[in-house]
Amino acid sequence: MKTDALIAMLAGQAGAVPRHTILRGAVIGAVLAGVAAFALMVWLLGVNPRLAAFLSLPGFWFKLAFAAALSGAGCVVSWRLAKPGVVVGGSGWLVVAPLAIVWALSILVLADAEPALRSQLVLGNTWRTCPINIAILSLPALAAGLWMLRAMAPTRLRLAGAACGLAAGGLGAMVYGLHCPELAAPFLGVWYVLGVLIPTIVGMALGPRVLRW
Amino acid sequence: MLEAREATLQQLMVRAVAGDEAAYRTLLTELSVSLRAFYRKRLVNLPAEVEDLVQETLLAVHNQRHTYDVTRPLTAWCFGIAKYKFVDLLRRRARHEALTDPLDDERELLGAQDPTSGDARRDLLQLLETLPDRQRLPIMHVKIEGRSVVETAQLTGISESAVKVGIHRGLKALAALVSAAS
Repeated sequence: MKTDALIAMLAGQAGAVPRHTILRGAVIGAVLAGVAAFALMVWLLGVNPRLAAFLSLPGFWFKLAFAAALSGAGCVVSWRLAKPGVVVGGSGWLVVAPLAIVWALSILVLADAEPALRSQLVLGNTWRTCPINIAILSLPALAAGLWMLRAMAPTRLRLAGAACGLAAGGLGAMVYGLHCPELAAPFLGVWYVLGVLIPTIVGMALGPRVLRW
Repeated sequence: MLEAREATLQQLMVRAVAGDEAAYRTLLTELSVSLRAFYRKRLVNLPAEVEDLVQETLLAVHNQRHTYDVTRPLTAWCFGIAKYKFVDLLRRRARHEALTDPLDDERELLGAQDPTSGDARRDLLQLLETLPDRQRLPIMHVKIEGRSVVETAQLTGISESAVKVGIHRGLKALAALVSAAS
């Protein structure tokens, strides 16, 4: 087929492209992934029995905000990377900022604590299961996110996959926060970050294969 | 001058999205000229790939046009696609060459390397044949034979909306076949 014939064929398809449906799809996908993660959490782990008491603790809201900030950063970066010719640019700071805040706070908390209590602040009682649980709860969002990215045109597949994994990991961490009894910043800074890192790496590894177009 | 071209192309895209077929045709033709030069410069050793890649990129531009944000430069968007398709080709070739016999190089040396301009080595029509009927027939009738959607619906017994969906999905499937075939 001549290129001119291809152009003629494509030109006949001129017309409006429904842009809003993409964003609407993304929002619906994120909500569904959140519901799926929540159901998975209730089914596998159960809601924290002390959740009602946690609602009045600033530490609990800080934990949720941290996870939400990572997820939001992942969403913004994915959305940018989903379109050709748009660079990550300043939005990279959205990823760095929550990490910097949690790590700075961790250092303050640890410096302030009795030396004998420091390991308890980092390890808590649930460090063994925290990262893997966050990773499991992020799976629905990771699958939904990669599927949504496939409808777009990412040109940096590894980075886009990683950003999608970060968004999913943050969502998984948010939902896990409703089960998790830990509130110490040093615990978040290590185990929550590791938990979010797992889907991020999985997304990065899957990107070139799954997102190719 | 480049800025003027950017403004012209962007204007054409805005009109194309509004349904102006002539503007879309002009835009795609302009882009094909730029893309051909862009790829020819980068594929000095692989001239036979140039036209294939131009067509593949035009198809991608068409299928991914929903990712173009009118507030951003069209050139940057199009360059992003062109660069992606170029890197993708090199990656595919690297994989292919790792699997093929090095003796192929000798035959390549003797083989003719001068395809007529505008004619791709890979025939999209052949790829089109492999699509399922519900996608192939609408594309053949509407896009290639120039029939209207209504006529195609009557001829094929497919509903009008299914004809439109068939064209849309078919072009996507064609793009996927193109990048898998080479």
